[in-house]
Amino acid sequence: MSSVTPAIESEENSDALPDQTLIHIEKLNAWYGDFQAIHDLSLEIPKHKVTAFIGPSGCGKSTLLKWINRMNDVVPGARAKGRLAISGDASNDHAEINVLDPGLDVVGLRRKVGIVFQKPNPFPKSIYDNVAFGPRLHMKTSKSELDELVEWSLQKAAVWDEVKDRLHGPALGLSGGQQQRLCIARAIAVGPEVLLMDEPCSALDPSSTLAIEDLIFELRTQYTIVIVTHNMQQASRCSDKTAFFFEGKLIEAGPTEQLFTRPQQKQTDDYVRGKFG
Amino acid sequence: MPLPKALQNREFRSTRSGAFSERLIVISLALCATATVLITVGIIYMLITQSAGFFRSEAVTMSGFLTDTEWTALQSKDLAQAKFGILPLLSGTFRVTLIAMIIALPLGLITAIYLSEFASARIRSWLKPTLEIIAGVPTVVLGYFAILVISPSLQLISDGAFSTFNATGAGIAVGILCLPMVCSLSEDAMRAVPRSLREGAYGLGCTPFETSVKVVVPAALSGIISAFLLAFSRAIGETMVVALAAGTLPTMTLDPTQQAQTMTGFIVEMIKSESEYGTVQYYSLYAVAVTLFAITFLMTLGGQIIRRRFKESYQ
Repeated sequence: MSSVTPAIESEENSDALPDQTLIHIEKLNAWYGDFQAIHDLSLEIPKHKVTAFIGPSGCGKSTLLKWINRMNDVVPGARAKGRLAISGDASNDHAEINVLDPGLDVVGLRRKVGIVFQKPNPFPKSIYDNVAFGPRLHMKTSKSELDELVEWSLQKAAVWDEVKDRLHGPALGLSGGQQQRLCIARAIAVGPEVLLMDEPCSALDPSSTLAIEDLIFELRTQYTIVIVTHNMQQASRCSDKTAFFFEGKLIEAGPTEQLFTRPQQKQTDDYVRGKFG
Repeated sequence: MPLPKALQNREFRSTRSGAFSERLIVISLALCATATVLITVGIIYMLITQSAGFFRSEAVTMSGFLTDTEWTALQSKDLAQAKFGILPLLSGTFRVTLIAMIIALPLGLITAIYLSEFASARIRSWLKPTLEIIAGVPTVVLGYFAILVISPSLQLISDGAFSTFNATGAGIAVGILCLPMVCSLSEDAMRAVPRSLREGAYGLGCTPFETSVKVVVPAALSGIISAFLLAFSRAIGETMVVALAAGTLPTMTLDPTQQAQTMTGFIVEMIKSESEYGTVQYYSLYAVAVTLFAITFLMTLGGQIIRRRFKESYQ
């Protein structure tokens, strides 16, 4: 498929571009009640790249992920201090977003920062209605525009060929891997800039996992992706940058290849070699 | 793949204004919820102020109200001879409710176990609607059923030991009335027990029956107990069946073959009688209503406590 509007779709190889930071995290501290889940954490997340968060359970990686689109708002007792900002973007016409600002429009934030969860959670509606759910909320579209958007999202999520003949069939009738790709399609249908993924493959079998990993690597040309994973091979396969967390602290972050082959810290070395965790 | 038009336009709704209307919606929801509180407060206020008219009378003492074994508010026009002891009415309510619970609780729970654990889809598909039909039968019809079918049958079996209007006939009818409630609420509670628990029991070699009785029922206990308490409150408050079939004589006895005027039955009789508004006899109905309210209130409170104690939460 050739692009007729190259100005909007940037298909050039993002590896060639110098890193441009999209999400700035500085001296972030986060708590659940009295328990401090994140300590003084600073990290930069590059635009149009895949950043993986790794670390043992309870290291704060999911907590950090869920602060990026304020998913933690619904957790009682969760609070955070520090700076967490998303760079302004002229093509998406918004200024810098200060994510932790209490007066922030979180509904708008979550449209720009989508999330895919560990367990596929399609709504008990048809496949089409699942993908159209967000667009129907956020934009006024004609029937044909909506059809086009649903097809595009499903194609982007590499699930179109499998579902195109049963778009109005129930989403819950799909396999786990298909459901997860449907959830990704649902997330990108509202035109987000960032996609957060919280262990998106941990409930899937190896071949579905591979399909999603390929998809993640593909999607970074257009989206900034942050993925939390327990699976170190997965981080090394599909991410550009990896951050290793331990007990709520960032131990080390860097280009994925470097972190896995020449880690600077002993803890990182032990973890990526599978000595603990 | 070109970006679809809808995303090229980038015309997203303004979520800022959404936040304002969202707040308005939450406020109006809260106002609607406040209505239930106001209604409850209104009812309590009415009961207390009206029953004050009864307790202020010199013919009435609190200790007499609670301990006297005669209630003649309807029978004695002369205030000096009227007896106001709540116990006969309480005993009527107690007899009817006890019989109703003996019918409704075991039958409802067993039906629920069968429906949730054993019944095939086909059996469920006709058993559930049948239960719903019972739930939809007007209570006046059940009252008549008690008079025309249940009580005559009881008389026939017992060789006439039962009087025409009696606590047992009314109690059985009230039990039938409560049955669908016990059954469907318990069944919901059992169906909410996650499959993994059943699998765990089967994995240890439990038979299907052992699984339901030893694992599913205990796991659903808080829901089942709430169902029981709701049914209990329903039986205590049931009016039409007892007004028709339980009789109009307050009797201080535990004999289920005799008439049994219940608290609700008395209130109906009093409102429909020729007692004048403003007399102590008339106001006595509010005193009975307060007692009734206090009992159901305590039941609800007890239900809350029990539910919290037995609450199991599953992921």
